[in-house]
Amino acid sequence: MLDAIKGYLSADTTPGTAGSMFWATIYILLITIGVSLAVICMNWLERKILAHMQIRLGPMRVGPHGLLQPFADALKLLIKEDIIPHDADKLVFWSAPVVVTMTAFTTFLVVPFGPTHAVTDMNIGILFMLGVSSLGVLGIIMAGWSSNSNYPLMGSLRSSAQMVSYEIAMGLAIVSAVLMTSLQTGTGTLSMIGIVEAQNAQQTWFIFKFFPLGLIAFGVFAIAMVAETNRAPFDLPEAESELVAGFHTEYSGFRWSLFFLAEYSAMLAVSSIAVALWLGGWMRPFPHWLSGAAWDLAFSLVPALAFFVLAGLCFLGTIRMPKIPQMHIQTVGLGIFGASLGFVGLVLLLPGVRERIQDIFWFVAKVAFFMYVYIWYRGTFPRYRFDQLMRVGWKVLLPVGLGVLIATAIWGLLPQLSTAILGVLQ
Amino acid sequence: MSDTNDRTAYLDLDTKDETFLDATELVINMGPQHPSTHGVLRVILKLDGEKVLGTECVIGYLHRGVEKIGENRTYAMFNPYVDRMDYVASVSNGLGYCEAVEKLLNVEAPPRAQYIRVILTELCRIASHQVWLGTHALDIGALTPLFYCFRDREEILKIFEKYCGARLTTHAFRIGGCLYEAYDGFEQDCKTFCDFFLPKIDEYEALLTTNRIWVERTKGVGILKPEDCIALGVTGPVLRASGVKWDLRKKQPYESYKDFDFEIPTGLNGDTYDRYLVRIQEMRQAVRIIRQAVDGLPQGPIMAKVPKVIKPAVGEVYHSIEAPKGELGYFIVSDGSTQPYRMRVRPPSFVNLQALDKMVRGLLVADVVAVIGTLDIVLGEVDR
Repeated sequence: MLDAIKGYLSADTTPGTAGSMFWATIYILLITIGVSLAVICMNWLERKILAHMQIRLGPMRVGPHGLLQPFADALKLLIKEDIIPHDADKLVFWSAPVVVTMTAFTTFLVVPFGPTHAVTDMNIGILFMLGVSSLGVLGIIMAGWSSNSNYPLMGSLRSSAQMVSYEIAMGLAIVSAVLMTSLQTGTGTLSMIGIVEAQNAQQTWFIFKFFPLGLIAFGVFAIAMVAETNRAPFDLPEAESELVAGFHTEYSGFRWSLFFLAEYSAMLAVSSIAVALWLGGWMRPFPHWLSGAAWDLAFSLVPALAFFVLAGLCFLGTIRMPKIPQMHIQTVGLGIFGASLGFVGLVLLLPGVRERIQDIFWFVAKVAFFMYVYIWYRGTFPRYRFDQLMRVGWKVLLPVGLGVLIATAIWGLLPQLSTAILGVLQ
Repeated sequence: MSDTNDRTAYLDLDTKDETFLDATELVINMGPQHPSTHGVLRVILKLDGEKVLGTECVIGYLHRGVEKIGENRTYAMFNPYVDRMDYVASVSNGLGYCEAVEKLLNVEAPPRAQYIRVILTELCRIASHQVWLGTHALDIGALTPLFYCFRDREEILKIFEKYCGARLTTHAFRIGGCLYEAYDGFEQDCKTFCDFFLPKIDEYEALLTTNRIWVERTKGVGILKPEDCIALGVTGPVLRASGVKWDLRKKQPYESYKDFDFEIPTGLNGDTYDRYLVRIQEMRQAVRIIRQAVDGLPQGPIMAKVPKVIKPAVGEVYHSIEAPKGELGYFIVSDGSTQPYRMRVRPPSFVNLQALDKMVRGLLVADVVAVIGTLDIVLGEVDR
């Protein structure tokens, strides 16, 4: 056992690549739990952030500042009556949420949380992610069709049309990032870890590469990924003011919560792609400009610092709690929560942990930024209409993506082209 | 399936529009329990994919027999009932009713009462438009304006509450004037509200007016030509957005509206975006009227001489006012007794709702929601 841990700590590849089934299983478990936890956090954060954007408080009753609200909701969903409509195709109805959830979780197999922190380093990583995440639409069609009801059917038809058309723009943007990986080595890579390492080798995030080409490609992807995950302002499939709840109108209880889980983990998955492809993945800010042992140490303290700040906010909250007996439990609860955050921060200060964890921290922090933007969109934008959505996808994003791809290819070839032309001239 | 077919037969919508690749039409029910039908409106939609081939409104789910109740109550007793018709603009309803009965009795409210009535009615117009803006934006998918609007509407409701003790169903006016004198600080509250509210309109506009998605969703959607408006009897901001400059406050001035200087905002294209702009401008004009009325608030009695038992002479009267949603008319027939012989209300929402089918044919499902929102209907008023 000790040898196994020692072997793991000194490993320089992912468990999948090293062929260690044991560690791979551990990683899969960790990621499953981690993603579920992240979805729970997102649930709370979305409600709180959206509430504060809309000048209200959001959940405040269950636990201090509503911290236990997601758990209460999960419990409620679990003990709700399990309803399957009488005329539904039961097998398909039953399997649709499973398909959606499984595809959403499977994509995390290749998400590079760090150079060694991934289940496996698949050499077609990005292709795998795209392929598996597009399978999710199958579950949505299944859900809409098997419900045998008009609103879900329309929701699922919208959803499939939308996801299929935005996948193309998304793919084009991804290809232009993949092209950039071949710049120094001559051979590109589709491996998620390889793409991040290429950014490390070229000493730039791909969003700034070939300015503004990288930025435009990122922009295309960033718009397409919102549409791909059916979120505002492209949330037509579940447009509640038009289609009640879209493809999951007939679902309730635990099945509904599976759709919820899948939607949020899909958001996390596409954000991970964006982070890995354009925002330097697990790299800390300025790894080359601010290099050296002192900077390394300073940046490795940031994760702990972030947790200390959160803990400090919690303690501030306990101080600001009304001093009345009814709020006593809440105050204590918030204090304990703050203390546990502080404890995590202390653990992150340990020298062995500090170095291992910072890759994951930077990756998760960048993904969290995208999550915030998702919520921000939802608080700001009205919803597109179906035809406008299609127009944006096919007539704007697709040509732009294609143009960026061609321009990137030409720009990348410029050195070779110029030498070739010079050679001809000589 | 047979149920669906029967419904199609009963609908009798013309299906001359070509269908796409033998696609059969889909008939779906929107409402009466639907998030965006503003209450219990049921719209039967006939769809070809996403395209709307025709609609049929089914109303009456909120019918409470208000008109019949009016025929079984004395004139004063019926007054609180009218507040429950258009419950987001209850003050306007009360004003229309009181004025109609006053016309029947041939009395006129004293100037001070008239001014107080104007101030409260215009505040009510703002409140009604705020509810409209919030829900309309919510229907189109913008969540946040709803909360901004309701936050600011709260200030108006506070003034109502201070004035008459009620926030929503105010029963603010009485036949012959007002029951309550303006409370201490009423003028100041109104002025403070005006100063507070004008920047808030800019805030709503910042969120929506130039928002690309908002413009795309509303421009050219649900166009209503002026002649169609007049043919259908559509009134209010919907009519004015089509370019018809018709406002009863100017055309048939009631109360003291002739004393005030204000403009009637009109639109050009008669689409959803114009209706949005017109209503936003109306909020600004309402603020202008409130300011003038507060500055010129005369002293004097607030109640005209009205007999304790109201027994109008035999006769009939029709009186209409410009409610936030359009022309709100009351037709009262008196047989000389204490109760009206016939009470009929001409609600703006009911008439405006007729335009729905004309506006949405050929558009998409999402536009139906936008058009229902832009018509600004309140089902309490449609069904009465």
